[in-house]
Amino acid sequence: MQPDDLVIAGRSFRSRLFLGTGKFPSNDHLRAAIGTSGTEMVTVALRRIDPSGAGDILDAIPEPVLLLTNTSGAMDAGEAVRLARLARAAGLPEWIKLEITPDPRYLLPDPVETLAAAEQLCAEGFTVLPYCPADPVLCKRLEEAGCATVMPLGSWIGSNQGLRTRGALEIIVEQARVPVVVDAGIGAPSHAAEAMELGAAAVLVNTAIGTAADPAAMAAAFKLAVEAGRQGHLAGLAVAGAAASASSPLTGFLS
Amino acid sequence: MTAVPIALESRPDRVPDGTAAADLLAAPLAELRAAVDRATAADVDRALAHGRPGIREFAALLSPTAATRLEELAQRARRASLARFGATVRLFSPLYLSNECVSTCTYCGFSAGNRIARRTLSVDEVRAEAEELHRRGFRHILLVAGEHARIVHKSYLVDCVGAVAPLFAQVGMEVQVWDTDTYRRLAAAGCDGVVVYQEVYDPATYGQVHLKGKKRNYAWRLAAPDRAAEAGMRRLGIGALLGLTPDWRSEAIAVAAHASALMHRWWRCEVSVSLPRLRPAAGGFQPDHPVDDASLVQLLCALRITLPDVGISLSTREPAPLRDGLVPLGVTSMSAGSHTEPGGYASTSDAEPQFEISDTRSPAEVAAALRAAGFEPVWKDWQRA
Repeated sequence: MQPDDLVIAGRSFRSRLFLGTGKFPSNDHLRAAIGTSGTEMVTVALRRIDPSGAGDILDAIPEPVLLLTNTSGAMDAGEAVRLARLARAAGLPEWIKLEITPDPRYLLPDPVETLAAAEQLCAEGFTVLPYCPADPVLCKRLEEAGCATVMPLGSWIGSNQGLRTRGALEIIVEQARVPVVVDAGIGAPSHAAEAMELGAAAVLVNTAIGTAADPAAMAAAFKLAVEAGRQGHLAGLAVAGAAASASSPLTGFLS
Repeated sequence: MTAVPIALESRPDRVPDGTAAADLLAAPLAELRAAVDRATAADVDRALAHGRPGIREFAALLSPTAATRLEELAQRARRASLARFGATVRLFSPLYLSNECVSTCTYCGFSAGNRIARRTLSVDEVRAEAEELHRRGFRHILLVAGEHARIVHKSYLVDCVGAVAPLFAQVGMEVQVWDTDTYRRLAAAGCDGVVVYQEVYDPATYGQVHLKGKKRNYAWRLAAPDRAAEAGMRRLGIGALLGLTPDWRSEAIAVAAHASALMHRWWRCEVSVSLPRLRPAAGGFQPDHPVDDASLVQLLCALRITLPDVGISLSTREPAPLRDGLVPLGVTSMSAGSHTEPGGYASTSDAEPQFEISDTRSPAEVAAALRAAGFEPVWKDWQRA
C-alpha cells in the first residue's frame, strides 16, 4: 500500500477515479477508456449484464478492475435489495452501488428508500456505496448504517453541470468518517479537479467520458485532473480572498 | 380540437379527472397549433437556444419556419440525445399473438371486414416464437394482438405473458385497451410496459377511421395509459399514426402534450413515443395524407429537443436507409427482423401481416449497421427485481 492510497472497506485503490460504463458507443471504446483512465473500479448496471448474450458488457472489463454492480432501475428499497441479492447469486462481487431513482427523468436518488435499502444491505453483509443527494445529514445516517462510502451528487446525472451542490459537499466532506465519492454531474476534468481539491476522496465519472468524441483521450484527461486536484488538496490550497495580499508583509518591521 | 359525438359502448365516454388524459384535453392545443404557423425565425432561434425548452418551444420547432432549418434542428437533437442516452440504441422485437379483430379500422390489415388468413397462436406456440427471438439475441419483447375479447381474452394474455416473461428482461404489450384490474393482472404476470397509440388525436378523424367496435370510444382509449400506470406498469408508450389527417403538426402537438402530461402525472414511469407512418395494408389501404421524410425528421428532432428524456421508438415500417439516418437524431429503441403476423419466427406463417414492413434486415444486420454508425446496440437493459 502506498501512502496516499484510498482505502474502502479494507481494499486499497491507487486511482481515485471511478468509471461508469453506460453511454459508450461500443465495448471497445469502454475497454480503451478503462485503460487510459487508470481506474481500478467501474460500475455496471445489473440490468445491462447478460452472460448468455453475445458481446456482454462484462467482456470489456479487465480482470484486476473491481466490478461495482449498481442497482440502476430500482424504484424502492425492496427492488434494490432484490437486485443486490440477484447480483450476489450470479457470482458478482458483493460491492454494490446503491441507486434508487424513482424518477426516470432526472434520476435523482430517493433519500428515504436509499437509507432503508442501505440498512438492509449492510446487515446482509454487502459492501454498500450509496448514490445519494448532497444532504449532509443523510450522509451521516448512511455512514451510521454501515455504508463503505457516501456518493453525493455534484448535480444531476448526465447533466455535466459540475458541482452545483458545492456548499453541501463541503459540509459532507468536513463531517464524513467514510470516503466521500462525488458522483454525477461531473462534466469536465476541471470539475473533477474541483471535487478533489475540496477534499473528496474520489469521483465517479461516466457521461463526460462515455459521450466524448474520443472517450479514451477524455479518460486520460480525467486521470490527470483527479491526480492534480488530489495533490492540490494535499498541498494545502491557498485561501481565496477579495483583497490583494502583499507578498512583503506590512508588519515585517516588528520582527 | 372540436368535440364530436362518438358512439358509446360499455365504457365511460369521458376521461376521469386526475389523469394525464384530462390534462391533455385541458391543454390549449388549438392555441399551440396557431403558434406553430405564427412562429418567426426569432422564435425558432429562441427555441434552439433555450436551456429548458417546453411545449411553446416545441411549437416553434415544429413550424414551417423551422422546416427550412432542419440541419440546425438535427444538430441540436443529436446533442440532446447523446447527452441523455449516449451512443446506444435498445433493440426489441414484436411478437404478434393474433390477427383476430372485431374492430373495423380503415387503415389496419387486421380490420374485421378484411378477408384475410386469421390465426391465434397457442400459448405453446407463443413460447416457441419467444424462444426463437431469445436465440436471436432479443431480451426486450413486445406482445401484439388485434382486438378480440373472446379469442384474445384476458386470461390468454396473462398466460402468454407468463410463458415469455422468464426469457426476457422486459415484456411490453400492445393489444386492446383494458381496465385497471386487467392491467394489474398482466403486470403481476410479468408485463411491465403498455403501448397504446391513440392512432389519431383529432376526434373527428378518430370517428371517421374507427367505424365499428369498442375502439370507437375515444376517451376510454385516451385514458388507457393512465389506467396502465395506475396498475403499476413502469413503461408507457404512446403514438399517433402519421398519414390519417392532413395536418400532421396538430397530431404532433397532441402527442407531445400527452407525453408531457403522462410524465408529470405518472412521474415514476418511463414514457416513450412512436412516430409510425402508415404503410399500405390488406384491404387496399393507402394513406390519404402521407408524411414526407423531411417532416418526419422535423417532428423527431422537435420531440427530442423538447422532451430530452422521452424514449423514441422506430419500427421496421421505415426503410433501412432512413432508419439509419434517423438514429443519431434521437431514436432510443428499434425493432429489427420483425414479423407483423402471428408466427413467423420459429415457423413459417401464412397469416396476414398487420402492415408491410420496409426494413427487412435481420437483427444481426441492424446491430452491425448501428455499430458501423458508432452506436452500441443494447440487447438487454433491464433486470426484473
